[in-house]
Amino acid sequence: MSHLKNLTLKVWRQSGPKDAGRFETHQVAEISDEASFLELLDVLNEQLISDNKEAVVFDHDCREGICGTCSLMINGVAHGPQRATTTCQLHMRSFKSNDTIVVEPWRAAAFPIIKDLMVDRSPLDRIIEAGGYITAVTGGAPDGNLIAVPKPVSDAAMDSAQCIGCGACVAACPNGAASLFTGAKIAHLNRLPQGQPERYKRAEAMVETMDEHFGSCTNHGECSAACPKEISIDVIALMNKDYRASKFKSRKEISRD
Amino acid sequence: MTYTFDAKIPAGPLTEKWDNYKQNAKLVNPNNKRKFKIIVVGTGLAGASAAATLAELGYQVDAFTFHDSPRRAHSIAAQGGINAAKNYQGDGDSVNRLFTDTIKGGDFRSREANVHRLAQVSVDIIDQMVAQGVPFAREYGGLLDNRSFGGAQVSRTFYARGQTGQQLLIGAYQQMARQVGLGGVRLFNRTELIDTVVVDGRCAGIVVRDLLTGEIQSHAAHAVVLATGGYGNVFFLSTNAMQCNVTAAWRAHRRGAMFANPCYTQIHPTCIPQADETQSKLTLMSESLRNDGRVWVPKSSTDNRPADQIPEADRDYYLERLYPSYGNLAPRDISSRAAKRLVDKGQGIGPLKNGVNLDFAAAIERLGLDVVKERYGNLFEMYERIAGEDPYKTPMRIYPATHYTMGGLWVDYELMTNIPGLYAAGEANFSDHGANRLGASALMQGLADGYFVLPSTISSGLAPLLGKTMPGIDHPAFKEAEKQAKDRFTGYLNTKGKRSPDWFHRELGKIIWDKCGMERTKEGLQEALTDLPALYNEFKTDLRVTGTGETTNQTLEKAGRVDDFFQLGMAMCQDALAREESCGAHFRSEYQTPEGEAQRDDEKFCHVAAFEWTGDPMNPKRNVEELVFETAHLATRSYK
Repeated sequence: MSHLKNLTLKVWRQSGPKDAGRFETHQVAEISDEASFLELLDVLNEQLISDNKEAVVFDHDCREGICGTCSLMINGVAHGPQRATTTCQLHMRSFKSNDTIVVEPWRAAAFPIIKDLMVDRSPLDRIIEAGGYITAVTGGAPDGNLIAVPKPVSDAAMDSAQCIGCGACVAACPNGAASLFTGAKIAHLNRLPQGQPERYKRAEAMVETMDEHFGSCTNHGECSAACPKEISIDVIALMNKDYRASKFKSRKEISRD
Repeated sequence: MTYTFDAKIPAGPLTEKWDNYKQNAKLVNPNNKRKFKIIVVGTGLAGASAAATLAELGYQVDAFTFHDSPRRAHSIAAQGGINAAKNYQGDGDSVNRLFTDTIKGGDFRSREANVHRLAQVSVDIIDQMVAQGVPFAREYGGLLDNRSFGGAQVSRTFYARGQTGQQLLIGAYQQMARQVGLGGVRLFNRTELIDTVVVDGRCAGIVVRDLLTGEIQSHAAHAVVLATGGYGNVFFLSTNAMQCNVTAAWRAHRRGAMFANPCYTQIHPTCIPQADETQSKLTLMSESLRNDGRVWVPKSSTDNRPADQIPEADRDYYLERLYPSYGNLAPRDISSRAAKRLVDKGQGIGPLKNGVNLDFAAAIERLGLDVVKERYGNLFEMYERIAGEDPYKTPMRIYPATHYTMGGLWVDYELMTNIPGLYAAGEANFSDHGANRLGASALMQGLADGYFVLPSTISSGLAPLLGKTMPGIDHPAFKEAEKQAKDRFTGYLNTKGKRSPDWFHRELGKIIWDKCGMERTKEGLQEALTDLPALYNEFKTDLRVTGTGETTNQTLEKAGRVDDFFQLGMAMCQDALAREESCGAHFRSEYQTPEGEAQRDDEKFCHVAAFEWTGDPMNPKRNVEELVFETAHLATRSYK
């Protein structure tokens, strides 16, 4: 274990949704390289409180990279410099002494800033509510082994089901699109046998709800590069394919296939 | 005066109780269900599944979460899996075996009827989650795969890579999201419960604080379900998420709900050891790793060679040596204490000598790198990100950490607390795990409570209320509770002392970990009960919360939670002191066998201790619910 010394933090401060906001510069004299990035913010906040100042507001919870609560643009990169890593799992060994680190909230029109580094990501929930589920009322399910799912299909579904809903894809996208998020859920459910009955209805409802809130996808691929779960951009192609199909296939016709 | 508990255990033989219950339960007809409002607090596995199912049945549901989205709840972090008595592997599993394993794992301190029901509904959970599209691991033929887990000799654990909790939670969240979209559930995010309201002995609703505006509001309902998780964060350093707290359960306790077995806190044997002084939480490495990893320390405390240079003869595979029939899969409490003893003796490894090795070299040789990667790849990556070491090359360093709390709100067979109309589900209640929980059983219990138990039991409490007027939020009891809550939060802001809530939390955690952690003594607990009130007094006079109460203020939120942790901590120590025996995760050094194992005292302590709030956290009233075992044979737990 070694220590980093003399870090300069430029942190975005904004007292509320209507405030213009500004960068504030703070110094952190010393921190262990074993500390996580959010622990650096903890240390800063303890300093601020001891100076009788208000602590920096930021979203965080599990600190093991799975809940999707933490966010932050670190030096302009969603979740910071380490690939496939959420901010909470980024450790100070990725930085060096005397570094200046710029910390901003997610930047996207669909995620308005609540305060400081905290944004409102609830439009992602609206997309799931529109169709990101399989209708299976509690109590009526058949035996689990009655539905055989080929292993490659199950594995592929799992690959996209890993999405943690953090919104890094949206923050990284120059258009503020949520196609990777929406595509991941559609790819998870539409690949599985259980997901077939609602396949096209789901794609249609989710995509159209997404379009109400988010920008359009132009296949930049920034989303996939920023994704802490490395979800492949292929899910967007699958989404587009099923969305297109939904527009000229009604359920009645599909049942005759 | 002693309180008499009515656990409402149904009549009949153990295996028929749940069917008997359902057959005789009072129902609410579908047209009348919409006349009832149910509040669900918490949107983890238990809360989300309850909210979704109750809304499907036709009740009006209001769901509350302090997160920005219901999908953030800490159930999401469970890695290893979920148990179910499916016997898909044909290895001799059955409902009865899962029941027996759970009762034995809990060291005979849980209620038979509840545990048996849990084992029964475990099979329905898997069916339900598969139907919802949870991508459980599969065999090549397309059928479901299983793995084995600590405390069991069969393979009954279903899993989705190392992210089972995530996949199950997302499943339950999606089912609830569907109901939000359909209007069956009204969702209140970034809203925290800060009090419950009781009118004429019945729960009438809750008081919440909007975490964005600081506004305090009341909500009335016919029934309130607390699915608000456990209190492991009382230790400050634990595997719980940063925001996990006891406030909902504790505020209900202060309004009269009994808090049962607070001293039953589980230490998970496989976490990454603490690395430095600024550490804010500990990270768990799934217990499933013990399926293939071998746990060892150097035989000599002065052996500082790197792991791969220590020959077999100089290694102590202590779990295999001490518990040959379960080996590396010995239950959590037993494995944890074994690790602590060796580290205390100086045989620990790593820079701070605060861990033991979990070694995969033999597994890689036996199974090949690809199989190990397939099974544990994401866990290995996670370890490498945190510890900065590659577990394919050097053994993982692990050490026990607080993980789960078996204690919680006292509930009867219907999951209702002793306050009519107030229910507790999932980790927030005390019901199924006794003094120790087996691996892969938390997900099972959360989903059992939310999907299958509450929806069947809640109608019994609601049916008699049909057509009756319930107290609304203009009732004086609500106004009084709102005022008290307002004063409490203003009080934190106005203390204007010198120390932050986190500082107090860290100090509180040190006391609890040292004195009421893995091993407890009478003297230690008495010291804790002197130190805690002193520190709590300091908290009341020297707390500093900057900012205001009218906008998002995480320091203020934290202050309220730490306040409640202090009071809970005192209850934990009182409970641990009064329970003069060792059972499961509660280990009192004075009560152990010559081999160093937990020694129960079934004569005096075969009961649930349920604490009643008296207004003074140092002086709660201890009530007792005797445990009666009809089928399980009270035996000394042996995993040798």
